[in-house]
Amino acid sequence: MSLTRRSGLRAPHARPPALRLAALALGLALAGAAASAKDAQRLRTRSLAATCAQCHGTEGQAVEGEALVRLAGLPKDYLFNQLLAFRTGQRPATIMHQITRGYSQEQLEELAGYFASRR
Amino acid sequence: MTQNMIPRRRLLQGLGGAATLGGAAPLLALLGGCATPARADRAKVLVVGGGYGGATAAKYIRLLSDHSIDAMLVEPNRSFVSCPVSNLVLSGDRTMADITNPYHGLVERHGVRLVHDRVAAIDPAKRQARLAGGATVTYDKLVLAPGIDMMWDSVEGLQAAHASGQILHAWKAGAETEALRRQLEAMRDGGTFAIVIPEAPYRCPPGPYERASVVAAYFKRHKPRAKVLILDGNPDVTSKGPLFKKAWAELYPGMVEYRPQHKAVAVDARSSTVKFEVQDDVRADVLNVLPAMRAGQLAVQTGLANANARWCHVNFLNFESTAAPGIHVLGDAIQVAQGMPKSGHMANSHAKVTAAAIVAELQGLDVNPHPMLTNVCMSYVDATHVIHVASVHEYVPTQKTFRTIGGSGGVSDVRSDLEGAYARAWARNIWADVLG
Repeated sequence: MSLTRRSGLRAPHARPPALRLAALALGLALAGAAASAKDAQRLRTRSLAATCAQCHGTEGQAVEGEALVRLAGLPKDYLFNQLLAFRTGQRPATIMHQITRGYSQEQLEELAGYFASRR
Repeated sequence: MTQNMIPRRRLLQGLGGAATLGGAAPLLALLGGCATPARADRAKVLVVGGGYGGATAAKYIRLLSDHSIDAMLVEPNRSFVSCPVSNLVLSGDRTMADITNPYHGLVERHGVRLVHDRVAAIDPAKRQARLAGGATVTYDKLVLAPGIDMMWDSVEGLQAAHASGQILHAWKAGAETEALRRQLEAMRDGGTFAIVIPEAPYRCPPGPYERASVVAAYFKRHKPRAKVLILDGNPDVTSKGPLFKKAWAELYPGMVEYRPQHKAVAVDARSSTVKFEVQDDVRADVLNVLPAMRAGQLAVQTGLANANARWCHVNFLNFESTAAPGIHVLGDAIQVAQGMPKSGHMANSHAKVTAAAIVAELQGLDVNPHPMLTNVCMSYVDATHVIHVASVHEYVPTQKTFRTIGGSGGVSDVRSDLEGAYARAWARNIWADVLG
């Protein structure tokens, strides 16, 4: 309650104009930085997923009717479990055990989440 | 040149310059949410060369920028002819049509501006490229994917023998692939096909051994008394050695002969003979001589081939040339990191790291400090059986280069038709990833 009262005492209209401008600028800058960090992360996730695209299609959209699986739209848990099973050797493979061992568990989870979100 | 090829004003000059200064980067990052998209809309990336690297770069600059950055691709060829799988045209198992794909998907689906021309010269200081057709294109960023050119002087007499059509390399898929196929068809049963391999590094490390294998498969079916001779400038098979040697011994006993330490120095087209630095001369009915290779001529003439006057050093974080800011070089033309082959798959991987770094920089975002690359090379040992080598690479900031990740990668346990099916799928998927 005391906080409310105090903030009531410092109503926005009571602020000096210069301070208001500074607050506005800071707010915009922080919003911009947050948006920018989000954009940078989105770009990194897409770039990481692009390392799978040569065999599994751009954004997981593999060419239909061929032997390599289309990743787009598969459930995240399924994808993540398969990638881990390749990595441990639990699921036999010609090549995927060698590829998945190049990625951390966090990266495999990020990839599973990304491909699950694609349609 | 039509109106739409007239270069736009370079509006991003100030931003591009500021972004390379460490102190300015955080400011740009702060402005990223509001100020830069409008400017980035007008940024223009010029991509020179439409092979596995260049075409991928043009597509991914559009894709990763959500179509907000212009990409123009300059490529003289009207369609994309794949080097990977082209050895199966030599063996008669594929046609040229099977390995040829159109470029129009880049234009129709991704809005890449495609210009069928050749870049005659680049002015790095003005950030301009002059096309052979006469137009000048101004860019904010240039991606140069010039592929390789032959070092004709490495084998005396080869350039003339090649120009006359007598001794071919067929190491750039196209009309020469068909010409070498005709030579193989015309060869008598009981004749010898010899492939001469330069010292590494050269384009596609397993390619010559795959070629020897599938030509042997063709001979086995149609010219059972013919021979395949592999004359290698290296001390041993440079890729998948045990798997290739096993295939030669088991599939083509008495037909394929491998001779290491054969560095060619000269050819004589009239007698169809190769001379070597140390070993005795070899005569063959069909000679397929691969000379030493270097970065494509445009990179050399632009002053970018600063590794032994042969390959281009790049900053591996974004593939920017160490010789010219604003020019990114990728694919077979670069001085590679350890364990990084000159392959189509790897060029496609380079292109994605490059595109993401360019998009980040032009949009005022932090460039990914930990890019990754993959490589998969599939080789046919006959029409249906395939062996692979694979690797995963990460950028290591402390070493400023890519390293293969410990425990990852490797080769096939055995040749198999299952991997034959995967090789077919790989080709169709990477072609779609490059062009579709």
